[in-house]
Amino acid sequence: MRWLLLKDLQILRRSPLQAVLLVAYPVLIAVLVGFAISGSPGKPRVAFLNEVPSDATVSVGTSELPKIGVSDRICERVECVHVKSRAEAEDEVRSGDVLAALILPADLVDRINSLSTPAPSTPEVDVIVNEEDPVKARLVNDRINSLLTQANLVIARRIAGEGGKFLGLVLNGGQFSVLGQTIEILGLRNSARILAELRPAVPPGPMRDSVDRVIRFTTLARNNLGTAGPLLDRLTQPIAVDKQVVNASTPPLEVFAIAVAATFTLAFVTVLLVAGSLALEREENAFPRLTRGLVSPTALLTEKVALGVAVGLLVTLLMLAGLAFFVPLHWSRIGLWLAAIVAGGAALGAAGAALGAAAREVRAVSLLAFMVTLPIAFLSLIPSGTVGPALYDAIKLLTALFPFKPALQAMTAALDPGGPSIATALLHLAILTGAYGLLARFALRRFTTV
Amino acid sequence: MEAGNGTKTAVLEARKLVRRFGEREALRGVDFEAAAGELVAVIGPNGAGKTTLLSILAGISKPDAGEVHMPSGVGWVPQQAALYRRLTVEENLLLFARLEKHTDPAASVEEMLELTGLGERRGEIVARLSGGNQQRINIAIGLLSRPSVLLLDEPSVGLDPRQRARLWEFVSALTSERDTTVIFSTHDIQEAERYGGRLLVLADGESLFDGSPEALREVVRSEAPEAAERDFETAFVAFLHHRGH
Repeated sequence: MRWLLLKDLQILRRSPLQAVLLVAYPVLIAVLVGFAISGSPGKPRVAFLNEVPSDATVSVGTSELPKIGVSDRICERVECVHVKSRAEAEDEVRSGDVLAALILPADLVDRINSLSTPAPSTPEVDVIVNEEDPVKARLVNDRINSLLTQANLVIARRIAGEGGKFLGLVLNGGQFSVLGQTIEILGLRNSARILAELRPAVPPGPMRDSVDRVIRFTTLARNNLGTAGPLLDRLTQPIAVDKQVVNASTPPLEVFAIAVAATFTLAFVTVLLVAGSLALEREENAFPRLTRGLVSPTALLTEKVALGVAVGLLVTLLMLAGLAFFVPLHWSRIGLWLAAIVAGGAALGAAGAALGAAAREVRAVSLLAFMVTLPIAFLSLIPSGTVGPALYDAIKLLTALFPFKPALQAMTAALDPGGPSIATALLHLAILTGAYGLLARFALRRFTTV
Repeated sequence: MEAGNGTKTAVLEARKLVRRFGEREALRGVDFEAAAGELVAVIGPNGAGKTTLLSILAGISKPDAGEVHMPSGVGWVPQQAALYRRLTVEENLLLFARLEKHTDPAASVEEMLELTGLGERRGEIVARLSGGNQQRINIAIGLLSRPSVLLLDEPSVGLDPRQRARLWEFVSALTSERDTTVIFSTHDIQEAERYGGRLLVLADGESLFDGSPEALREVVRSEAPEAAERDFETAFVAFLHHRGH
C-alpha cells in the first residue's frame, strides 16, 4: 500500500497546478469564510454628528434635567466616527466606510423640551444609510433601530428618574429649587401627620368632619401614589429578559469561525483528492491491472482514504498554524485536533471514495465532488430557527448523512476548551466512515466491468 | 493434455466457457488451450468474444459456465495502456516491480528497460512518449510478473507500421527466447497470419477454427475455393461467410 501512496504523491507532485489549486483554493475559501465570520465588527462603525448646542439642557416642566450624555451612550454601543458636517457624513456612508450616519439636529433638545408644553413637537434624529443591497439594508435597519431604542431607553430612564424625584417630593416633602429659589414642599405624608396632630384640637362637628376627610384623602393619595414610583420605573422597560441557555455548548464566534475554516479545508482537500485519485486509476486503466492480485480493492480504497487523510491533515494543520497568528489557539489541545482531523478526514475521504467510484473521469468526479460538498457544507451552517421546522428537520437529516457537519462538530469540540465532548462527533464520523467505505467498495465493482 | 497444435503439453486450458451479458451470450462453450512458447492469435469480427475470452483467461472476468486452468504467472496487457502517464517510464516499472514484490525491483526495472529498448528514455514522463512506446511499457509491466503466459489484447492498435514491426519483434523474442506463451487478440488478419503461429477464430461467441494459418487456408480451399488463393484477409472473410457469419 505504501508504494501506491508514494505513487499518488509523485503524481500529485508532478501536477503542480493541481496540487496548488487543491491546497490553495480550499485554504483561500476557508480563510475568507473564517474572517467573514470572525471579522465582522463587534461594534458597527457609524458616522456621528452632534449639532445640539453644548449648553442645551432637557427640561421637565420648569426643571432642567442633568446632562443625559446621549452621544456618550450611543458611542458606547457603536464605533463613532465623528464628522463635522452633514456632507462629510453622507460621504462616509456613500463610500461604505461606515454603516450609517446618525445626526442629532440642533433643535433636538428644544423639541424634547416641547413635550411638556401645550404644543409638543416630535423630537427627531436624522439617519443616513446606504441600502445598496437588501441584506445590507436589513442589517442597517436592525442596527439603527436597536441604537435608537437604546438611546430612547436612556432618555426615558432619566426622565422617569426625575419624575420619580418629583413624586417623592409630593409624597414625602422636601426642598425644590426653581428660578434660583429654594421652595419647601410639605408633602402628603407631613400634611397627614400635621392634620392628625391638629384633629384633637378641633371640636366635634362639621369642622372635624372636614379635617377627617382631608386626612383620609392624604392617606389614600399617599398609599396609591406610593405604587406609582415603581410603575414609573417599569414604564421605561416594562418587559425584562430572563435568558436561559438550554444548549450551553455554543463556542465563541472566533473558535467557530476557525472550526468552519478548518473543516472547509479538510473537506475539499480530502473529498477532491480521494475522489480524483480513485477516478484516475480508472482513467489510466490501471485498476484492473492492480486488482489482478497485486492489491485488493479494499486495500486500494484504504490507500486512497489514507492519502486524503495525510494530505488533509497536513493542509489543515498548516491552516490552523496560520490562523493562530490572528486568533489565539489552545495548542495544548493538539491531540484532540489530530483526532478530529483524522476522524473527519477518514469519513470525508470515504465519502470521496464513494463519489470517485461513481464516475469514470477525474474531471467529472471533481465536478461531482464540488457539487455535493459545497451545498452540504453551506446547509450544515444553517442554524435552527432561521428556516421552517420541517425544512430544518430535512436539512438536519441530510447534513447528518454527510460527514461535513459531524467533522465541524468534532473540530469545534477540539478547538473549544469549554465545548462539549468530542466523543459523539467521533462516533458519528466512525459510522459514516464505515458506511461510505462499504458504499465505495460496492461501487468499485463497476470498475471491473470489461 | 495436449495443446492445439497436438504436439506440446498445454500450459493453459479452458473448457466449455460461457459468458453472458444480459440476454447476449458473448462466449458460447469455447474450448481453448495453449502450450509453452506458442504465439496464438485470437481473431474474429467485432463482438466475436475476443476481449471477453482474454479477460476470463486473465482472471478479470469470471465465466458463467465452464472451467479455466491457468498457471500461476499470467501477464495481462490490456488494449489501452494501463499505466500512469504522469509518472516516468522508470517510476512506472519500479512501482509495478515493487507491487509484484520483486526482491530486487531496481534490477527488474533495468531488465525491462533493456528488453523494451527504452533505457535512454527512462526518465521521461510516459504521457510524452509515442503510443508505440507506451505500449512497450504496457507490455513490460505485464512481463514484470515473469509470466509463463502473456495475454495481449489488441496490442498493435494505434501503432504505425514501424512501431508495429518493433512490437512484434519484441513479442516474438519473448516466445523464442523465454518460452513464454503469448496469446493476442487482433482485428488485423494479415498481422495474425504473419505473427500468429496458431489462430483461434471466434465469431458470435463460438470457436470456428483452431489451428495454423496454413490449416485455415486449407479449410478455405475446401469450403470456399474461389477465395482460397487470394490474400489471407479475403480468404478469412470468405471462410466466415461460408460459416454463416
